[in-house]
Amino acid sequence: MQYLVSVIDDGAGSATPTEDAAIDVFNDRLVAEGHWVFAGGLASPSSATVIDNRGGEAIFTDGPFLESKEYLAGFWIMEAPDLDVALELAAEGSKACNRKVEVRPFQ
Amino acid sequence: MSRIDVREAITRAHYDEWARVVAALTRRFGDLDIAEEAAAEAFATAVERWLADGVPPNPGAWLTTTANRKAIDRIRRESKRDDKQKQALMLDDDDPPERPGAIDDDRLRLIFTCCHPALAMETRVALTLRMIGGLTVPEIARAFLVQETAMGRRITRAKAKIKAARIPYRVPSAHDLPARVSGVLAVLFLVFNEGYLATGPDTEPVRHDLTAEAIRLTRLIRALMPEDGEVTGLLALMLLTEARRTARVSASGELVTLDEQDRGAWDTALVAEGHQLVRQRLATGVAPGRYQILAAINAVHTSAHDMRDTDWSQVLALYDQLVQLDPSPIVALNRAIAVAELDGPEVALAAVDRLGDKLAGYHAYHATRADLLRRLGRNQESGAAYDQAIELAGNTAEIAYLTRRRDQLGSAQTPRRPNGGSPESFD
Repeated sequence: MQYLVSVIDDGAGSATPTEDAAIDVFNDRLVAEGHWVFAGGLASPSSATVIDNRGGEAIFTDGPFLESKEYLAGFWIMEAPDLDVALELAAEGSKACNRKVEVRPFQ
Repeated sequence: MSRIDVREAITRAHYDEWARVVAALTRRFGDLDIAEEAAAEAFATAVERWLADGVPPNPGAWLTTTANRKAIDRIRRESKRDDKQKQALMLDDDDPPERPGAIDDDRLRLIFTCCHPALAMETRVALTLRMIGGLTVPEIARAFLVQETAMGRRITRAKAKIKAARIPYRVPSAHDLPARVSGVLAVLFLVFNEGYLATGPDTEPVRHDLTAEAIRLTRLIRALMPEDGEVTGLLALMLLTEARRTARVSASGELVTLDEQDRGAWDTALVAEGHQLVRQRLATGVAPGRYQILAAINAVHTSAHDMRDTDWSQVLALYDQLVQLDPSPIVALNRAIAVAELDGPEVALAAVDRLGDKLAGYHAYHATRADLLRRLGRNQESGAAYDQAIELAGNTAEIAYLTRRRDQLGSAQTPRRPNGGSPESFD
């Protein structure tokens, strides 16, 4: 079972070196214990481009599709047998990156 | 066998076996929705079959077997299931019923799933009453004054989340257990309190169906986890509170406070059982948790033959202990009521006034102030505090009581015994 763990930033900005170091330690644990699937940090929402090609001609729009105070700053994809394990890992992840996280199962 | 006997046997079986059947099926099929539906169908079938064929010698086994068949029928019908899974389930078709011990464990698993912290509190309450308590969706909707369709959606969404997010079906690890047990107890306490101090203008002031259900479920959890002190504490607290139920509301539907209750109307069997549980916890010598301390406070109250005989210094000592564990303003408010009995209303009022910032929206804060001000002869301020308490109170019996108290302020002479202030030393 895979879970998306989204990192929610509410204005803290880029990760500090201390946060980066804590994230590295946490990632090593995920790999060692077999929970690691993928993870990444994202550039700021202002660097986003929205594309809509439903009408036959692709329309490009500058900026994120949703302007909000809270935004997705990065994510993990984790392998876990059930939600209890995913929640425990996500709690560790939240502490490591010093931000709120949201856990959502893949279908 | 008469229709009435069969009806009684089915009611009895529903009471005893519902949670067992749902729990056993949840384990076998890994799906709450299938388990719930199949259990409900099995009970519906029982009404028909037992009338025709008589009540089977082992109703629980009959219901589990029938529910298993219903579940397998449903899985067969659902073509979207892949063949492999279908075959795996068919192979188990003639499984013998689980050993009783294992089924008890299943019920405990089911409770922890229904009270999982990833679910909203109101959802946990609804799921617990449905899956463990066996209440129907309309019954739960009525209990919480929610539209039936809304309650149905809430339960359906919860089952879908449990499945999609894979909320596990197991007793939590030793490390998580204390926090998870206290989550379960919070659900049961909420059900009990809604029964004990029912809110809403059209609701009975005390909902015995809800207090009884909360007690039944807490008894079940205690049977499954006899060593847990807080489970025992909560059961004792509920029993000692329930013991006073009939004395607590007058014939005219008005709240009767502890000092004015007819103590002869208390249920002596419940009081005795509650006291025995409190003594049992004291004997362990293990430091008590919140529910055990609240139970002990209620044990002191129910040991006194008269309000004047109450050992208030013991009550205050217990509140001091509780404040250490739970420094919430509500605990501080209840502590102040004991202070009033020991050090007088003026000292207590000073303590209560300090809580104003945090409790301004809580009716019991204003009711307590109103009573202390009344005892100090500050009738005008007391009346204003009663007004605020009446405005915020949701329980019809409490509103009737507060209104009478306010209206009596004018006729100054009150030859009453000292009043406990708040309705009960029970938050």
